Amino acid sequence: MTFKQRSILPGFGLTLGFTLTYLSLIVLIPLSATFLKASSLSWAAFWHIVTSPRALASYRLTFGASLIAALINLFFGMLLAWVLVRYNFPGKKIFDSMVDLPFALPTAVAGIALTTIYSTHGWVGRYLDSIGIKAAYSPLGVVIALTFIGLPFVVRTVQPVLEDLDKEMEEAAASLGANRWQTFSRVILPSVAPAALTGFTMAFARAIGEYGSVVFISGNMPMKTEITPLLIITKLEQYDYAGATAIAVVMLVFSFTMLLAINLLQKWSSRHHHSGGTPEVVEGEALHAPVYAEA
Amino acid sequence: MAASISLHLIGSAQLAARARVATSESRLVRWTLIFVAFLFLVFFLFMPLAIVFTSALSKGLSTYFAAFREPDALSAIRLTLLAAGIAVPLNLIFGIAASWAIAKFDFLGKSLLVTLIDLPFSVSPVVSGLIYVLLFGLQGLLGPWLAAHDIKIIFAVPGIVLATIFVTFPFVARELIPLIQAQGIEEEEAALTLGASGWQTFWRVTLPNIKWGLLYGVILCNARAMGEFGAVSVVSGHIRGRTNTMPLHIEILYNEYQFQAAFAVASLLALLALVTLIAKSAVEWKAKQENSQPHGRDLTPDHQGFLL
Amino acid sequence: MKRVSLMLALLFALSLSSAAQNVTLLNVSYDPTRELYQDYNAAFARYWKAKSGQTVNIQQSHGGSSKQARAVIDGLEADVVTLALAYDIDAISERAHLLPANWQSRLPNNSSPYTSTIIFLVRKGNPKQIKDWDDLVRPGIAIITPNPKTSGGARWNYLGAWGYAFKKNGGDENKAKEFMSKLYKNVPVLDSGARGATTTFVERGMGDVLIAWENEVLLGAKDLGQDKFDIVVPSISILCEPTVSLVDKVADKKGTRAVAQAYLEYLYSPEGQEIAAKRYYRPRSEAVARKYGNQFPKVKLFTLAEIIGDWQKTNKIHFADGGLFDQIYQPQ
Repeated sequence: MTFKQRSILPGFGLTLGFTLTYLSLIVLIPLSATFLKASSLSWAAFWHIVTSPRALASYRLTFGASLIAALINLFFGMLLAWVLVRYNFPGKKIFDSMVDLPFALPTAVAGIALTTIYSTHGWVGRYLDSIGIKAAYSPLGVVIALTFIGLPFVVRTVQPVLEDLDKEMEEAAASLGANRWQTFSRVILPSVAPAALTGFTMAFARAIGEYGSVVFISGNMPMKTEITPLLIITKLEQYDYAGATAIAVVMLVFSFTMLLAINLLQKWSSRHHHSGGTPEVVEGEALHAPVYAEA
Repeated sequence: MAASISLHLIGSAQLAARARVATSESRLVRWTLIFVAFLFLVFFLFMPLAIVFTSALSKGLSTYFAAFREPDALSAIRLTLLAAGIAVPLNLIFGIAASWAIAKFDFLGKSLLVTLIDLPFSVSPVVSGLIYVLLFGLQGLLGPWLAAHDIKIIFAVPGIVLATIFVTFPFVARELIPLIQAQGIEEEEAALTLGASGWQTFWRVTLPNIKWGLLYGVILCNARAMGEFGAVSVVSGHIRGRTNTMPLHIEILYNEYQFQAAFAVASLLALLALVTLIAKSAVEWKAKQENSQPHGRDLTPDHQGFLL
Repeated sequence: MKRVSLMLALLFALSLSSAAQNVTLLNVSYDPTRELYQDYNAAFARYWKAKSGQTVNIQQSHGGSSKQARAVIDGLEADVVTLALAYDIDAISERAHLLPANWQSRLPNNSSPYTSTIIFLVRKGNPKQIKDWDDLVRPGIAIITPNPKTSGGARWNYLGAWGYAFKKNGGDENKAKEFMSKLYKNVPVLDSGARGATTTFVERGMGDVLIAWENEVLLGAKDLGQDKFDIVVPSISILCEPTVSLVDKVADKKGTRAVAQAYLEYLYSPEGQEIAAKRYYRPRSEAVARKYGNQFPKVKLFTLAEIIGDWQKTNKIHFADGGLFDQIYQPQ
């Protein structure tokens, strides 16, 4: 696995060259147009736009709702992955393939459908309404839409790790007197944590940019239920290109930082924690070493 | 391995039985967990899907099919197929090239490159549409030049294709990079040492190893390409029968109070999603089957045959 | 791939054959005019064929008024624009210089061939007893109106309310401001477009009253179920003047000026006026107005000029960033 060994493979120049060219044409050059446009603003004007009370309120909602939605997905995603990997029950295959639905369903359709369900006369909304919870047209509605959008991520990152997890470790822990909860929290959880964290961050990153499904269900009230992408659209509708671009730049920088963090995290976790199932894991798990020694 | 040996050493059948109990949950816990997971899926997945189909069929089958006979609907379907038909192959080629460069070689700035490839995935669709307007729009950087040469990009088919490529940009590459990384490079090296050319090595050694992952990436890429709304909406211009894709056509029908027709077209996309998911499951099942064969990842007999 | 290339060839062939003898116009319009222009385009095509022998094919694009204007500014090649506000066409002239600044004086009635006004739609039997603008600011009334920042119709709604408060308080702007603030406190949802707001009111069952275009309400009452809603006409309201214009630079480039000009002028003809009236737009022609008199509720109308002035001023005071509408939502 050294650099020298790798270098005998051909095609590095060709593939990297093509990758960089295509990346530049489709992503980098158009993106730089955005930064160029934003640079037509003075720093003070830029700062004034991106820190106006309305922009700040929209960041709070966008990031807050995305965080809550990603946390919901972290919890239920792990639960779903667990249930799908460890248990057998009728309809499991259908469950499993349905998880990807939010990837494939157009967001506008998802938004309309969720609004229909969660508004005061909807299938679920009417019951929530009768106990005084307003789901659609409130920040809760935003969370619902973003939960839908980010649902597959944690499930799909945790699932393979759980599948590869060595059952013998659990057996060992159990035979040494650990109860099920201890085994779960000390043996299983640490193994799936990096994957779950990756899934969580991806769901979070995806939710921040979401527009199509949220505009239908949020109510779009300034200062209350207005998400940042909608603020960009609002600025555009007023022919304020510079303002729209300034806020777009804030979002871009944030997305980029988030993704860079995910990639570094993944690199770090793959170095410290080779994917489960191989003997390396057992050796690498400092936690279990003393357990075996005692045995 | 260590665990089974230690179990063996203890040698107590009683202990082993206790371990079995302690490595799975009680029936009650198990069914509670399944039930909670089921409820979560019902509220967030099954209900939206059910709404789409019940609304689409609310006026009977004949009205349902009538929604697809409309010329505007047909042209929207055609445009959607066209955009996906261009975007997916391009991103496929890109995905293969990028994953080859990234997974097989080490170079400076690799993390940065991977992050840039991922970027379109988390960029708001609104922003991804906006960047093309800022570049190709009449008031944009290249706009005046394009207008002078009578080249139309935004508010025409090329713009829609570009926006579609942008939003589905990372899908294939993202799927392939970890796969090729896991594959290692020993097989390719062996092939090369034995005199195969670079292309031969790729076609006969690498491709067979990654084909299922590749297909999965293509399927997801295609689903997203056909369903994209936000970015395409910004660059489309909404000319009826010309620059409306299926998701845009759905919005138009919805805005014309033709809810049943809107959901009928939406159900077509939902059906596509379901077919996608079934295809995906089939791909995964097939891949698993191949991997579980004893020599799945090593030089299998047919590989050796090629090499000799 | 085979299918794609086949389709490409087909598309190419189609575009070639249509370019030969026919003329194609693109009319970029706002949301509620879909039905109007569907009828009108067919009528104009017949008229133009008879007059010049040319077959004209009119393409339509609909969306929020400012969004549509923005698309034209960014290069959507519209031969004519038919938008909700003069302000949006001003923006095209100002930012993209595609038409002269005096565009509004080129056609009769300030380039506004049909008008409308703003009225209310309430639930059947009017359970909340909403009769006039004053009732909207009562506590406990939920009003559905779209966001004036993103919807042209919503601006007219806003200005209707403002005009009422302004006139009632003898021109006291502070009192009018207070009224507007109370009114928007009663708005639970700000949809981004007029059609979205109607859907929220009708399909989602939100709100006690929908403030909307008269043409939308009259058309919608037929489509959405007459048994579920009542129309309420306030004591006074605003005269909404949607405007139309040729986009000179595009039409000249495409060589369609003559037919595009005729397309707009024909809107003022008896037939054009009648089609507008049938689609619940108030016609300018007095003869046609008399014929369809029963269709339109009697309401005293004031113009934008009476209460504020022109659109530039209106936008600056009310809708620009930091304007009155923003101040309503500013945290105290």
